[in-house]
Amino acid sequence: MSLASYAVRRAALGLVQVLAVVTLVFFLVEALPGDAAVALAGDNPDPARIAQIRAAMGLDRPTFERFAEWLLGLPQLDFGVSLVSGRPVADFLFGGIGPTVALAALTLVLLVPISVLVGVLAALREGSLLDRALTSISVALHSIPEFALAVVLIAVFGVQLAWLPPTAVGADLFAQPAVLVLPLVVLLARPICSISRLVRAGMVDALASDYVRHARRLGIGETRVRFAHALPNALAPAVQQVARTTDWLLGGVIVVEAVFVIPGLGTVLVDSVAARDLPVVQGLAVVFAVTTVAVNLLADLVAFRLAPRAEVVA
Amino acid sequence: MSLNRRGFLGLTSGLAVVTLAGCGSGATSASSTPRTGGRLRAAFAGGGAKEVLDPHLANLFGEAARSKAMFDKLADLGNDVSPQPRLAEKWEPNADLTRWRISLRQAAFHDGRPVRAQDVLASYARILDPNRAFRAKSSLALIDLPNSRAVDDRTVEFALKRPFGEFPNALAAFGAYIVPEGVEDFAKPVGSGAFSFVSFEPGRSVLLKRNPNYWEGAPLLDELEFVIANEESARTNALLGGQVEYAHDLTPTTARSNASGDRMTIHRSPNSAVQAFAMKVDRAPFDNRDLREALFLLTDRPQLVESVLAGSGQVGNDLFGKGYQHYADDLPQRERDLDKAKFLIRKAGAEGLTVKLDTSTAAAGMVEAATVFADQAKGSGLTIEVVQGNKDSYWADTLKNGSLSSFRSGAMPIETHVAQRLLSGSGTNVTKWARPEFDALYEKAVSTSDPAARGEAYREMQRVLHAEGGYLMWGFADWIVGAKPNVGGISTAPANTLDWARFDKVWLG
Repeated sequence: MSLASYAVRRAALGLVQVLAVVTLVFFLVEALPGDAAVALAGDNPDPARIAQIRAAMGLDRPTFERFAEWLLGLPQLDFGVSLVSGRPVADFLFGGIGPTVALAALTLVLLVPISVLVGVLAALREGSLLDRALTSISVALHSIPEFALAVVLIAVFGVQLAWLPPTAVGADLFAQPAVLVLPLVVLLARPICSISRLVRAGMVDALASDYVRHARRLGIGETRVRFAHALPNALAPAVQQVARTTDWLLGGVIVVEAVFVIPGLGTVLVDSVAARDLPVVQGLAVVFAVTTVAVNLLADLVAFRLAPRAEVVA
Repeated sequence: MSLNRRGFLGLTSGLAVVTLAGCGSGATSASSTPRTGGRLRAAFAGGGAKEVLDPHLANLFGEAARSKAMFDKLADLGNDVSPQPRLAEKWEPNADLTRWRISLRQAAFHDGRPVRAQDVLASYARILDPNRAFRAKSSLALIDLPNSRAVDDRTVEFALKRPFGEFPNALAAFGAYIVPEGVEDFAKPVGSGAFSFVSFEPGRSVLLKRNPNYWEGAPLLDELEFVIANEESARTNALLGGQVEYAHDLTPTTARSNASGDRMTIHRSPNSAVQAFAMKVDRAPFDNRDLREALFLLTDRPQLVESVLAGSGQVGNDLFGKGYQHYADDLPQRERDLDKAKFLIRKAGAEGLTVKLDTSTAAAGMVEAATVFADQAKGSGLTIEVVQGNKDSYWADTLKNGSLSSFRSGAMPIETHVAQRLLSGSGTNVTKWARPEFDALYEKAVSTSDPAARGEAYREMQRVLHAEGGYLMWGFADWIVGAKPNVGGISTAPANTLDWARFDKVWLG
């Protein structure tokens, strides 16, 4: 199969996936107990007032009517208007996407080289002290949940030593990059471990494979064998893992955003689910579905290109 | 290696400077003398999508504090939760309490226009719009707007639908702010408050600046910035890390662990939030008065206050509004009496009964209180089973369902508490308390202009509630605010009253 036809098939499938996710999200949120009117009424749940809020928001209209109206707006990039605040949903998405994308991009920029380097280093010195040290560290680090790591880092470096700002409260992320350091460390900690382990395993397998032995018999230099022949094959599984990590990062890494007060997509998601602000939740579902599909499509294409034998069946 | 060490030395010497600077400001205790200038950053929990600048839609504490900084009400609640004149200079009812004449003080909106009687009427008309659902609507519903009028620019005459002696409470209702006539767009709000609008980033920050022409005198701060941090730990860390100077709503645990440090000063507002369990009196098993009394008696209030509120509070006496105007403080304090509780449970035929206690994390401490209470009921013959519900729809759920639930309320006048929760027609009557003779007592209290008769009616209502009501009000939580030691002028008034989160009286030392 050619790369082009593979890409087309995957893209078509992606579109169906996006529609399915979005529909599912709409009806799942609809099925949550309470609606926006109840959530907004809070601790003053006077039934008459809830009924009034419901009417003012148009929530008394049939579910399917509201869903159809929203779906028809999508092709024109009209995500509707927040039920609760009356602001366009697009404002929420654009407001939250900046910090999340910035964090995700910075994480990836650091993640890929570091984990490839660590993985290759461990593989080339398989069984050495260095290999075993890297293995122990990554297993230990990988077992610490983000939340716990964040709390410890904030307590030590943010509050006790005061080397770094403990949160991003009221800060401009781009003007004060120091606020990004601790969140980045937390975001990097686990993916570095998993991806470097994958690179190491792939590299060990590749170095022991028939084609590497063959390349060596042909007299190709060791550096060239390692980095031009073994490494691309070793990276294919890691690429899939990077894609999954990217999804996770774009999903806003809700915990990290909450602990460090980064007003990204994860925060928007939590707030809008709590408020049952359906249009915003749906808008986020579209963004998440599209990015997940796109990132995985890209990863599959890269993996396809790196190691066509390991073709992923769509 | 050398690079690492240099980096480390650089950072530590920086730290030393910070420490020294901290010592310097601590020694002079700069917060004792008011000073002008500076920007105060205040961290509040926010609602993200829910956040609005429309003061009539304000719902969250952060929104209330912002509204208060930019807008005024005709009246607001004083430290004893009684109405105090604000934009209204004074109020005078007619003899039968159906018409109230209100004189406005000389005040101006931020754009220079004076606050006129027409603005007051237009603001109230907006809140009372039948197609909208503003929070203050139920409090203002007794105003007969078509028959109310502006006598002149600074005098309003309100006609009421029925005699109502507590009308000033309505003027102080949550969200009853005065906005300029005809305004519907609050992207750049214009109010008459102590601070005027500069910029707004939804879900992140609102920046305000001093209004030099404020009628009560210009605030001391140059600028006031509200920032949003939903996690209590984030608010605490931001304060400790010097990113904000004021952190709203901290837990007793945080207060306890930072009370002795020099990086944070803890400010407590007693009698701010009542903690309670609500028994529904219209259904089994709590339609039995003996069983309600048994619950009152098996509660170990000091233990609840100590464990749930970590000591940051006071025991309750099953009545709302400790320390507020009209509170019946002459009733004897209930103590735990397990033997009598057991006897009453047997008498009610409820021995061996299991009762579900609905709770949720909708308010801090409710789940913990429910667990401790269930523990206290052990050995009484009654088994209390804690059931945790959905926090986002909790208040609406417990209004309809179940028989026993966790309850919490902020400060409001006792009259408002009764009107909203304890009359046959009340909208949020969790305990389903509905008694014509109690309704009549309330009518008597609000329709008489004789203060002695009014006070007696309130005491009688509270005697009935204390003896056989559905609210088991076991404690009053302190409201806890943290601030940098150099912040002065923070009041200890109950949350939701005039002096709470009142930044025009605050200064940076």
